[in-house]
Order: sequence, then C-alpha cells, then structure tokens
Amino acid sequence: MKILVCISNVPDTTTKITFTNDNTEFNTAGVQYIVNPYDEIALSRAIELTEGGKGTVTVINVGEASTDPTIRKALAIGADDAVRINAAPRDAYFVAKQIAEYAKDKDFNIILTGRESIDYNGNQVAAMVGEFLDIPSISIIKKLDIDGDTATIEREIEGGKEIVTVTGKFIASCAEGTAEAKIPNMRGIMSARTKPLNVIEPVAIEEVTKITKYETPAPRGTVKLIPADQAAQLIDLLHTEAKVI
Amino acid sequence: MSVLVYVEQAEGKFKKSVYEAVSYAKAIADQQSTNLTAISIGNVADAELKELGKYGASKVLNVNTDQLKTFVNQAYASVIAAAAEKENANIVVLSNSFSGKGLAPRIAVKLKAGLADGAVELPSADGKFAVKKTAFSGKAFAITELTSTNKVIALNPNAFGVKESSGDATIETFTADVKQSDLGTVIKDIVRATDKISLPDAELVVSAGRGLKGPENWGMIEELAGLLGAATACSKPVSDADWRPHSEHVGQTGIAISPNLYIAIGISGAIQHLAGVSSSKVIVVINKDPEAPFFKVADYGIVGDAFEIVPKLIEALKAHKA
Repeated sequence: MKILVCISNVPDTTTKITFTNDNTEFNTAGVQYIVNPYDEIALSRAIELTEGGKGTVTVINVGEASTDPTIRKALAIGADDAVRINAAPRDAYFVAKQIAEYAKDKDFNIILTGRESIDYNGNQVAAMVGEFLDIPSISIIKKLDIDGDTATIEREIEGGKEIVTVTGKFIASCAEGTAEAKIPNMRGIMSARTKPLNVIEPVAIEEVTKITKYETPAPRGTVKLIPADQAAQLIDLLHTEAKVI
Repeated sequence: MSVLVYVEQAEGKFKKSVYEAVSYAKAIADQQSTNLTAISIGNVADAELKELGKYGASKVLNVNTDQLKTFVNQAYASVIAAAAEKENANIVVLSNSFSGKGLAPRIAVKLKAGLADGAVELPSADGKFAVKKTAFSGKAFAITELTSTNKVIALNPNAFGVKESSGDATIETFTADVKQSDLGTVIKDIVRATDKISLPDAELVVSAGRGLKGPENWGMIEELAGLLGAATACSKPVSDADWRPHSEHVGQTGIAISPNLYIAIGISGAIQHLAGVSSSKVIVVINKDPEAPFFKVADYGIVGDAFEIVPKLIEALKAHKA
C-alpha cells in the first residue's frame, strides 16, 4: 500500500496573527512554523496503516525551500520519503493542481490531508485533488480502516456521523479522532536527515483567487462584570440588553 | 449570467443555514441585476421547495432520482456544475457545512472557478468581487478577490442572517447524467443524535472547560443548554481527556463557530480556543480566576465558582421562562 500525505507549513497555534505592508501581507517576523496539526493526524494514521512492512508513506508539500524543516519534521515522525513542489502556495486551487499533477501517474492507493490548514482554513485541497484526479474524496473524516481494497470511513455531518465505504483509490481529509498525532523520537529525527526529499518544479496554473487585504477582528468593548451573588441578572441582560435570548 | 444556490436538505427538510444561503445568494443576484435559481437534490416535498421563494429564489431545480437520494459529493458536484451550465450561472453559492466543504471545491474545479469558503460578507460591488472570509482560524479575515470568470462561495452559518424577500418560486424537474465512477463512495449508515442541536448551526452555545473538574459534572451544563435551546461545546483539554466527544471541541484545532451567544464556563481562554469562538456575537465568561484571559474578549463576565453560578443561572432561566 502506498500512501501520499499532503502537508502544509503553518504558523504555530500560539502565533499572534499580525500583518504588514498596509495589511496586505502576513507578518512572518518571529513566527515559528509547524506541520499543520491536522496533517500530522493524517500522517500518523498513514504510518499506522503501513507499519510492519505493509506499505510506504510519502509526504508532499507545496512550498519554497524555507519549508524544508517542516518536511524534515514529517520525515522524523515516520514518513519514508518526501516531495516538495518548489513554489509559494498561492491558493488551494494552485496547491491541489500541483499535487494532482504529481500524483496522477504514480500508483498511490490513498491520499490523505488534514481537514484544513490552520492558516487559510480552506478544507479545499482534498476535494480539489479528488476532482482533478477524478477519484472519490471524503471530507472531514474521523476514522479510517482499510480491509484489502476497501476503506471504511466515518465522516462528520451536522449533528452526527456517516459511515461510508470506498473501493479503490480515494483521497480523504482527516480530523481529530482519525489518529493520535505521533511525536518523533530520536531515531526518527536522526534518520529524517538522510531520507530522500525530492524537489520538483511546479506546473503553470491560471490564477483564480487573490488575497488583497487582511483584517483583524474588531476589538470588543470592555467586559461588563456581574457580581457572583447576582448571577441571575445575567439572564435579564441577555434578554433585554444583548437581546440574544 | 445568473446565480445558482445549492440548497442542502437533511431528511427532506431545509435548515436555517439553507435559508441563509438563499438570502445571501439573492443579495448577490440583486447586486448583479440577475435572477437566483436554487438546486435541490434528494427527496423534498414541493411545499418545502416552494418555501425557497420566500427568500428570493425565483426558480427551483428539483433533482429527485433514486441514484442521488443520499449525498455523494462527487456525484452532487457533477449535477450542480451541470445545472450551473444550463442556467448560465457564473456564481454558485452554498453553505459552508460539512457537506458543503466536500462539495464546493469539486464544483470549483469543474467550473475552473475561484472559491471563497468561510465567507462572512457579501462580495464587494466594485466589480472586483472581493469576498471577506475567515482566516487563521478566526484570528483574522482575508479579503479574497475571485478573479476567475466563474465563482463559488461557501457561506459561514450565522454570518449573513435570513432575509425574506417577496416572491414565488417555480419548480422544475432537473436531471443530469451521473457517471458510475461518480458514485464510488457508498453510504452504509447515518447516525444522528436527533435530540441534539448541531454545533456549527447553533445560534446559542454553552461551553465548558477543565474548570468543571470531571465529566460527571456536565449535567448542569446540559440542563442550562437545554433550557436555552443551546448546543453544548467544550475546550480542547476536555475532549482530549475524553470527558466529551471530539465533535464538541471548539477552537483553532476543533470547530470554529460564530453563534449569537457563546457562554464559556470554566474555560480560561487560551489563544487557540479564542480563535475558534471570537466571531461569536455575544460572549459570556464565567470563571473563578479574575485574571483569566477570556474576560478580555467577553461582553459579560461573572467571576465566581461555576458550581455556584450555573445552578443560579438555571434557576433564573426557569423563572424567566415561566
């Protein structure tokens, strides 16, 4: 079994998000980058499924050379080899097309991504790759089991879950529950340095979106504190002042 | 040119988020001086389809075939893209729901369209079609221009509101060829917790954290939520400890929500948690630590012990309802 896991290089979850150049660019000063947490879940499940000689895991990232440390981290967690498409990730459409172009003539049985990247929160790449490759895509999965050529998958739906099966090649985006994120051990970190990381040049793709500006949420006014012994007042305020109940 | 909105049904009914998507799509159609067509897939009664007229759809395409009874994103995307072509629609709108997230990207690729997902406002009317969408897990917004001819927008729940407009919808049967290979995903079972309000759609949310000390203490949270008609949620440590299911985890690595009211009980307000809830309209924080960072983004706060405050709120709410 050959699994391809798509990973994003994203700011650490504790990052304070600010912008520069008249709010047109994300301020990368002092930002630590990590493997997107959901992609780590996808990678961890891929490793579990291929453990014990049952297959191999390749990670793919669309990014410039600055993302190599993040790719090495994925190799340290346990991926066998890595591919970097040498381009700044313009938008999900661009990234998905690059991944699809790479994967189309390789024989990956399964492609996994995280449910979304924590920077642009698209949850777009998996379904777009699925469409480019004309294979099923299952979004926001919470469980993935493989039996021969058939996968049984639990996906989240509003107010519940859906259990689906898919036979043959597919792509899925993984959420919490699919696996516990693995932490690299010393042996993994050492071996990651020598695992293959192939750099491939991107294909040209037409532009479909362009981010022109960023905004940060408007600051809220100061909090109205209600004394603990008059807690019941809160219900009145929510009803008469905030008008939300 | 026209606008097409996909109206997602659940067991033959439309939810509020669907009427919201229709209202939003109608506003875009007005901006573009064109008409709004809705497309429904699955078994929905005519009366329910007619209802869409109230929110601005002038025509409803009804796809009701055995093959497409249950949601398969690959097949549904084919049908919606075919409908867009037939209607000469260059803008497709849908709800940024779990299903919408699996569908919108496939439609975008089929139509070679730019996709703005998590949209929170109408596109700019200056011809640039710039859509404000959430980014960095609620820590920011990205103004995204859809520069392609065709455009797809997935609207966040509770972002636009339901707006009625006068009008009647005509219903038309629509069929499109679906390839067998589009039906590769087979649904085996759907499990719905019918007595619970779904978190992403919820207008009111009661959430609790480690301050509750253990899963056995969630009774009062559920009672408070029940009285309010609210959904329940929790912080990451709580779902990590399996006190509550992962599906209740809100925050940067959980679900991002934007309800009208978010009540956080015993949650300190780590930056990752705030990211997922900061677009809530009104935030109430109950915490015994007056220094809890959550108070900085709250509208109302009570400094005190949850085990004393929550029962008081339950009592007050019962009195309020009586």
